[in-house]
Amino acid sequence: MVIATLAFYLFSAVAVASALMVVLSRNPVHSVLWLILTFFSAAGLFVILGAEFVAMLLVIVYVGAVMVLFLFVVMMMDVDFAELKSGMSKYVRIGSLIGLVILIELLMATGYWSGWIVADMAPDMRAAVTPALEETQNTIALGSILYTQYVYLFQAAGLVLLVAMIGAIVLTMRHRKDVKRQSIVGQIYRDADKAVEMIDVKPGQGL
Amino acid sequence: MIGNDVNVVLPELVLVGAAMAVLMWGVFSKREVGAQALWAISALFIGVGAWIALTGRGTDAAFNNMFINDGFGRFAKITMLWSGAAVLLLSKPYLERAKLMKFEFPVLVALAMVGMMMMVSAGNMIALYMGLELQSLALYVIAAFNRDSLRSSEAGLKYFVLGAISSGLLLYGMSLVYGYTGALGFAEITDVIAAEGLPLGALFGLVFIVTGMAFKVSAAPFHMWTPDVYEGSPTPVTALFATAPKMAAAAMITRILFDAFGGVISDWQQILALLALLSMFVGAVAAIGQTNIKRLMAYSSIGHMGFAIMGLAAGSEAGVQNMLIYMVVYVTTNIGVFAFILNMEKDGRAVTDISALSLYSRVAPGRAFALLILMFSLAGIPPLVGFFAKLYVLQAAFDAGLGWLAIAGVVASVISAFYYLRIIYLMYFGEASEALDGKIPMLHMGLLAASAAAMVFGIINMFGVEGYALSAARALLG
Amino acid sequence: MPSIILFAPLIGALIAGFGWRVIGEKGAQFLTTGLLILAAVFSWVVFFQSYPEAETITILRWVESGTLSVDWAIRMDRLTQIMLVVVTTVSALVHVYSLGYMEDDPQWNEGESYKPRFFAYLSFFTFAMLMLVTSDNLLQMFFGWEGVGVASYLLIGFYYKKPSANAAAIKAFVVNRVGDFGFALGIFGIFYMTDSISFDVIFTQGHHLAEVNMGFLGMEFAAIEVLTFLLFIGAMGKSAQLFLHTWLPDAMEGPTPVSALIHAATMVTAGVFLVARMSPLFEYAPATLTFVTIIGATTAFVAATIGLVQNDIKRVIAYSTMSQLGYMFAAAGVGVYQVAMFHLFTHAFFKAMLFLGAGSVITAMHHEQDMRNYGGLRKKIPYTFWAMMIGTLAITGVGIPLTFVGFAGFFSKDAIIESTFAAGSAAGQYAFWMLVIAAAMTAFYSWRLMFMTFYGKPKGDKHTHEHAHESPLVMLVPLGVLAIGAVLSGVLGYGYFFGDSVVAWFGDAVHNHDIEHTLHAAHHVPTWVKLSPFVAMLLGSVTAWVFYVWKTDIPAALAARNGALYRFLLNKWYFDEVYDILFVKPAFKIGQFLWKKGDGSVIDGGLNGLAMGIIPWFTKLAGRWQSGYVFTYALAMILGVGGLITWFLITRGIN
Repeated sequence: MVIATLAFYLFSAVAVASALMVVLSRNPVHSVLWLILTFFSAAGLFVILGAEFVAMLLVIVYVGAVMVLFLFVVMMMDVDFAELKSGMSKYVRIGSLIGLVILIELLMATGYWSGWIVADMAPDMRAAVTPALEETQNTIALGSILYTQYVYLFQAAGLVLLVAMIGAIVLTMRHRKDVKRQSIVGQIYRDADKAVEMIDVKPGQGL
Repeated sequence: MIGNDVNVVLPELVLVGAAMAVLMWGVFSKREVGAQALWAISALFIGVGAWIALTGRGTDAAFNNMFINDGFGRFAKITMLWSGAAVLLLSKPYLERAKLMKFEFPVLVALAMVGMMMMVSAGNMIALYMGLELQSLALYVIAAFNRDSLRSSEAGLKYFVLGAISSGLLLYGMSLVYGYTGALGFAEITDVIAAEGLPLGALFGLVFIVTGMAFKVSAAPFHMWTPDVYEGSPTPVTALFATAPKMAAAAMITRILFDAFGGVISDWQQILALLALLSMFVGAVAAIGQTNIKRLMAYSSIGHMGFAIMGLAAGSEAGVQNMLIYMVVYVTTNIGVFAFILNMEKDGRAVTDISALSLYSRVAPGRAFALLILMFSLAGIPPLVGFFAKLYVLQAAFDAGLGWLAIAGVVASVISAFYYLRIIYLMYFGEASEALDGKIPMLHMGLLAASAAAMVFGIINMFGVEGYALSAARALLG
Repeated sequence: MPSIILFAPLIGALIAGFGWRVIGEKGAQFLTTGLLILAAVFSWVVFFQSYPEAETITILRWVESGTLSVDWAIRMDRLTQIMLVVVTTVSALVHVYSLGYMEDDPQWNEGESYKPRFFAYLSFFTFAMLMLVTSDNLLQMFFGWEGVGVASYLLIGFYYKKPSANAAAIKAFVVNRVGDFGFALGIFGIFYMTDSISFDVIFTQGHHLAEVNMGFLGMEFAAIEVLTFLLFIGAMGKSAQLFLHTWLPDAMEGPTPVSALIHAATMVTAGVFLVARMSPLFEYAPATLTFVTIIGATTAFVAATIGLVQNDIKRVIAYSTMSQLGYMFAAAGVGVYQVAMFHLFTHAFFKAMLFLGAGSVITAMHHEQDMRNYGGLRKKIPYTFWAMMIGTLAITGVGIPLTFVGFAGFFSKDAIIESTFAAGSAAGQYAFWMLVIAAAMTAFYSWRLMFMTFYGKPKGDKHTHEHAHESPLVMLVPLGVLAIGAVLSGVLGYGYFFGDSVVAWFGDAVHNHDIEHTLHAAHHVPTWVKLSPFVAMLLGSVTAWVFYVWKTDIPAALAARNGALYRFLLNKWYFDEVYDILFVKPAFKIGQFLWKKGDGSVIDGGLNGLAMGIIPWFTKLAGRWQSGYVFTYALAMILGVGGLITWFLITRGIN
């Protein structure tokens, strides 16, 4: 139990610190790397909770795919991040002050100093949703509800992704007429007889 | 079981299916099918709206109470569908002129509409959030739809970034509420509150939820995106922003506040009263300096949402009823106004500066007069419908003991009358300048005239909206 | 038939006023005149029908609000009949007369159309007056009351190009407002006390109201006294009684037919009518009645003294009117409402005739109104002269005492004087002496008018005198008709108004509980009392003859010797000047103050400051915040959230 607690504090502290570094880094590549660390920490937290499937998803999908894509984009795009962040120092004081105030207020409001006063029924209700870890595996548990109990939300998420896809295409894809494209079918069906014309050029005359 | 659930969400499913079908048709068709797609989606909106209106009865819940089909939701849906159809139809000439007539536009609008319908029917935090994101994402995209225009892209990006912040606030609030009450379903939250009262942490969650939603209804101080996005987006998109999504967002706030937090009205009443107050004054005061009619309409919508929220702040059945009436009147008026704005042209270029309206009454007296009626109605000048809509919400607020808010509303209304009247002043007494020369298509003229006529003749019985709004409010409050 | 009488003038007014372009100027004139003649004929027909019980003809339901329920109805009883006859007859004759009088008016340029407007106003006035006299409740009466006020305003200011006419119109309206305020308060009070403003109901409440008290101006009074007093304030304004009389002489700025109709025969008698109509209430208010008597008698006296020295022919008659109205109130004050109505009835004829005659003189003299420029007109305008002569004989009350031979005024005026004496009260005695002295002065100024106008040598502009001409027939016929009334209305009406059949004839129309007693006493006053008005009349007439025919230098000498008194009278007891200092100037000052400081600086300044100063500042602020930078917007959102959270923390306390 001690180890779990220690691990929790380790992961959370790293998550918060690295999230802070994401914002504070001057180099965008560093930001992305800090973000990867944040995800790793979050994955660790999931593991402590017993949600190892979600943890693995986080590592594989976000760290393995999305973040790498991010890294490519950041490195390929010619954006002067230093300039974008130049105004930051101007606002850093007021920004952190507001952040601090809100943080303290939230801590007061959520009852950090007076014990977390949640509704009496709340812990049981929260726990009721998750099946006992000993009885079932992550994937089975998820699979058994994703298309039944949560089919509505699942499909809605699908729609959101569809919209994202359409949006990405409609905002970026261009059919430019003046750009030559490779037509594979055309290449395959191209016939030497038709493509090549033999012309008998007499020497010294040219065409 | 699943069959019943599907039956309940059938209208939404039909829209989703149609959107995908149109998408496929557009992708695989050799020709550009944007116009046809737009017609099809508009017709579908009208049809689905009529279907809901004619067959909707009682209250059905589906998917473990995640989706609730009740009178309140249907009222909002019909308003959104029909106003969405009107705006789509109005968009066509503009999109064609601006070379934006792509089939993705109606598809995205249709998917946004599905999102709105999910929002207003949500019975669960996550369902609400999914609907909201579906709607928002589609709207971010169409705000930037004119991707070759820097302003349009900027508008889309701004909307997206700020929308993401608001989503963050909303999610944070939801997680607080979940943590402190242990429930995500509205009904369960109500049960917990009824049993143990509202934990303070959940109250702060509610604050975050309301602020996140206030962004969507563009209530001050979460309104800042509105003028920039309204101005930068293509005008048909602006028209859309000003109508259906406003109704959806207002209905969504109502839904969550009454369905989940109906037991602690006095707690959120203060937030809403404050938002209403700020919105009304920001809408009134900031609009005065505007010269761009789209920005002006943005501030106008901020002010009007302030009034609608005032109705909500009353926290009573009458308040909800009057808020719904107010939104219907506001949406109807805006359809008329945007039917006009979409055709503000000079030499084939769209014009948005209000000084171009100088002495417009001499160029097109009919259109000028219709706009005059609409402006009077927006300003809330009796005896037009806009006045009664305002009066009703003021009354609801007053009856709920928010007398100071009602008085502030009257003051804000007086201030806001300034810029509505200025448009009228320009049209009728302005200085001579090069007037607009755009022709107006029949459909636009028809909707402009119909909207103006509704403002005049609606005073007889509001076309029965009062009764429907009342039954909608009853369905929600129970 | 009463409905036709009531609405014929309205229809005429509407058509003439709005539709004269269609039917033409002539059409408008003849239409209104024709309709008025029709109404007059019908009125006479109605007059000879008997209404022993008051009969109510409901036209429509008017106001229904809480316990207030008001019909628009015609109440037919003797009082209404009398007023109907007076109003429609004089109005019809004035219409006819105006056909000639307004033919060409130097006030208007060639081509300006003023006649249809004039006739529409006249007809509208008649309608309003009929509304007043036929009303069945106080609200309808008030409607008519204000209607005649508006018509009076429009007609006094008919020559709106003349600043003096405009000023006079405004003065008439404003002074009447004071009275109307009292009237309105009276109506409110009656509704407050009895829960009704219908005559049928409130007339039965007189006895009850006399027994309850109500607070007024912080003091307790018998309800009846307060209510009747307030009503009488209204009557004072309309009937130009002392303190609220200053508008009437100025009202002579209107065209002369207007003076005849409104400011002599009908509208100004509305106050008398009101008192007579409300007699079932007044009868229970002895204090108010005393007040009425004293005001009436004093007015009769004061107006007569002023009339002695005026030189404008119309003003003389105006003060005469005021004086005669005082007689009527004195009669009403001592409880003989029938006698007041009698004088109202006869007065309408001879005073209208005097005015129309004066109008004829004025036309003949090319709109010269100063009597000092008249003289010797007897030969030039003989018909007018005879008409004026009959009018003068009637107003001065010429007749053979103790018999039934005499002109109209002889009967009605003597009846009033006898009644006041017979009343026996101190107020009655005061009124008696005042009225007798006033009678002498009446004779003096009436004959002075006659002598200065028609006798002696022509004075003033020679050219005008040479061109003096008799008026056209259309103006003389009304004079003739009125002359018949002036001669006969007294002798014919005596029996019904003052004689034996008075109770039977009036029925319940006015309060008549102890009228027989009073009348009996009035009939049996000592002979010297009966002779006194005759003697006073003779005295006045002879003095006038001496002053203005025999030894014409006396007046000037007298005026020179008693300069102060002369100027006092000539300046109308300085009422206008005193009012100017007391009310008009302070009111102007207050108005100026409120306008310049209150409205200009505080309200305009405040609103403008708000509208032009603070709001643009906010607008600018909002504009500055709207920087276009995403982080500003995000900051605003975060600030908003932070603000809300802070506020909740403060209001809800920390967990």
